[in-house]
Amino acid sequence: MSTAQDQVKKPGRSDGLMVWINDRFPLTQLLEEHITKYYASKNLTWWYVFGVLSMVVLVIQLLTGIFLTMNYKPSAAEAFASVEYIMRDVEWGWLMRYLHSTGASMFFIVVYLHMFRGMMYGSYRKPRELVWIIGMLIYLCLAAEAFFGYLLPWGQMSYWGAQVIVSLAGAIPVIGDGLVEWVRGDFFISDITLNRFFALHVIAVPLILVALVAVHIIALHHVGSTSPDGVEIKKTKGPDGVPLDGVAFHPFHTSKDLIAIVIFFIVFFAIIFFVPEMGGYFLEHANFEPANPLKTPEHIAPVWYFTPFYAILRAVPDKLGGVIMMGGAMVLLFFLPWLDRGKVASIRYRGWMFKTALGVFAISFIALGYLGTQPATDTYTMLARIFTATYFAFFLLMPIYTKLDPTKPVPDRVT
Amino acid sequence: MTRLNDFCRRTAMVITGVLLVAAPGLVTAAGGGTAVQHANIDIGNQASLQRGAGYFVNYCLGCHSAQYVRYNRLGEDLGLTEEQVIDNLMFTGERPHDTMDNAMPQTDAASWFGQAPPDLSLVARSRGTDWIYSFLKSFYADPGKPTGVNNLVLQGASMPHVLWEQQGLQRAVFVDHVDEAGNSHQVFEGFEMETPGQLSPEEYDVMVRDITAFLSYVGEPIQMERRSLGIKIILFLIVFLLFAILLKKEIWKQVH
Repeated sequence: MSTAQDQVKKPGRSDGLMVWINDRFPLTQLLEEHITKYYASKNLTWWYVFGVLSMVVLVIQLLTGIFLTMNYKPSAAEAFASVEYIMRDVEWGWLMRYLHSTGASMFFIVVYLHMFRGMMYGSYRKPRELVWIIGMLIYLCLAAEAFFGYLLPWGQMSYWGAQVIVSLAGAIPVIGDGLVEWVRGDFFISDITLNRFFALHVIAVPLILVALVAVHIIALHHVGSTSPDGVEIKKTKGPDGVPLDGVAFHPFHTSKDLIAIVIFFIVFFAIIFFVPEMGGYFLEHANFEPANPLKTPEHIAPVWYFTPFYAILRAVPDKLGGVIMMGGAMVLLFFLPWLDRGKVASIRYRGWMFKTALGVFAISFIALGYLGTQPATDTYTMLARIFTATYFAFFLLMPIYTKLDPTKPVPDRVT
Repeated sequence: MTRLNDFCRRTAMVITGVLLVAAPGLVTAAGGGTAVQHANIDIGNQASLQRGAGYFVNYCLGCHSAQYVRYNRLGEDLGLTEEQVIDNLMFTGERPHDTMDNAMPQTDAASWFGQAPPDLSLVARSRGTDWIYSFLKSFYADPGKPTGVNNLVLQGASMPHVLWEQQGLQRAVFVDHVDEAGNSHQVFEGFEMETPGQLSPEEYDVMVRDITAFLSYVGEPIQMERRSLGIKIILFLIVFLLFAILLKKEIWKQVH
């Protein structure tokens, strides 16, 4: 029916505009490279949606953060009251605040799952080492962003959590005490500390975060997404240069991501509208009391997303040793691309050794997370030590077990 | 179907397991010992909230403030007209848009009670409603205290038993309990009414529940509205999800 003649598009007004723009800015090229002609494996599993979901949460945090900043007062005398003002007197302020506070926790949930996806499918392996490392830097920024942000409501847990974490720097020999004072800008957590944390939370860290996300995506689109088989789809291209096993990000992967985004929002809104405190895990009960420098809470625990590392810190009897171990728990992740000596990338073709190790790692991380929320009793401390050991063993023994692992043969094409 | 059943059963088992492990933590999080009982309040019961507001103004506001709560917002949320609020809840010359403050100077209050009575705007969120309910029911006679009473939920509380005329004065019965190591402890066994109050225990229970419900409302005035809005939004998203699934299927038809 249609002839070649019909398919030649007549230049319309919008085409004229596109030509005008493209002469001055590579808009079409940019859209094609990153969206309509960015090909990713057609058999991506649902584990691959957490990258897009992290972007969604980032946008939520940036937008709600702007509205919160309009009504929040970064001063020790007014901060707590201004948050309640947002919750009670500002139109829809409560929704902005719950979106932001729940968004913080959801950010970590999707990012942890996104990272775990990378570990399952070997997404950190050559040639994606930089994608992984930039991702880890994003994670560190996110942790800093969450930490600075948590002081802002100026509740009891904001105050004492910051007090505990900042004082960790004091464990560093020689410069420790001076460093702690320098970070706080005072001899204790005060109005001055709140002001600088506000500056870091609303501009400095978000700026770096957004820039790193851009770099993360540019690097990813340069090397291409992995496939769940660990097979590079770029190796088998059709005559048109399009990978035979790849489909364009838009409309294929975007339509799949849309389902994930809607499901995400159902969960997200269920929390916001029905359990915004999430039983004290997303908004801690003690944080509904204004900060009081003279009254230490019975039990200080960071928000859940830091508790795995907090449990490691407490598991070590020595303060400096604890800080080193806690830092090490994060730093080791950076080295995954070089610790993994396996012949195959994907968990689908790994042997029982890697599968067991990854399972032990996941259990250790969750168990440490739980232990970090609990008071350090003898039993819990012992458990924390065991799980700290297994957490570190996952990384430190990785060069050995990935090499010995009885792997299965990898197919040439994605399955 | 059996697979689905199996999955549900396993999920339920995992959830139960997690709850069992987490349960001790949840109790600690509520901020009290064993004395905390379930408040069982109904935040949707407007009459209960209105009564609670009345009790709060009459018995609590003299010492405790609710500094983030405005009278006019309170009236709106509790289904009261401005006249009703002025006539029944505002006695000391406030204007309707004022917050629920009191005239007690903080420094004086601190010297009278040992510490200034805390603001109660957020007590339902920091302590929890079960704690408030139990606290108000757990005053007992203790001649060793300046106020003549102690509280089982918050030992050594400096607050007098403001509602003693309603509840009466009860005595806490402790029994000696010797543990395995041979140390003896005082274990709480129950309350015994010494001087009955104007209200029966059941009536007092309703009163305390009303105050607790009101404080829960005060802690988060938006809570009723957010739940009803949440149902609408989630229903919309579920419908939208169906369309998203159909769209994806349509688009992926061409992929083999």
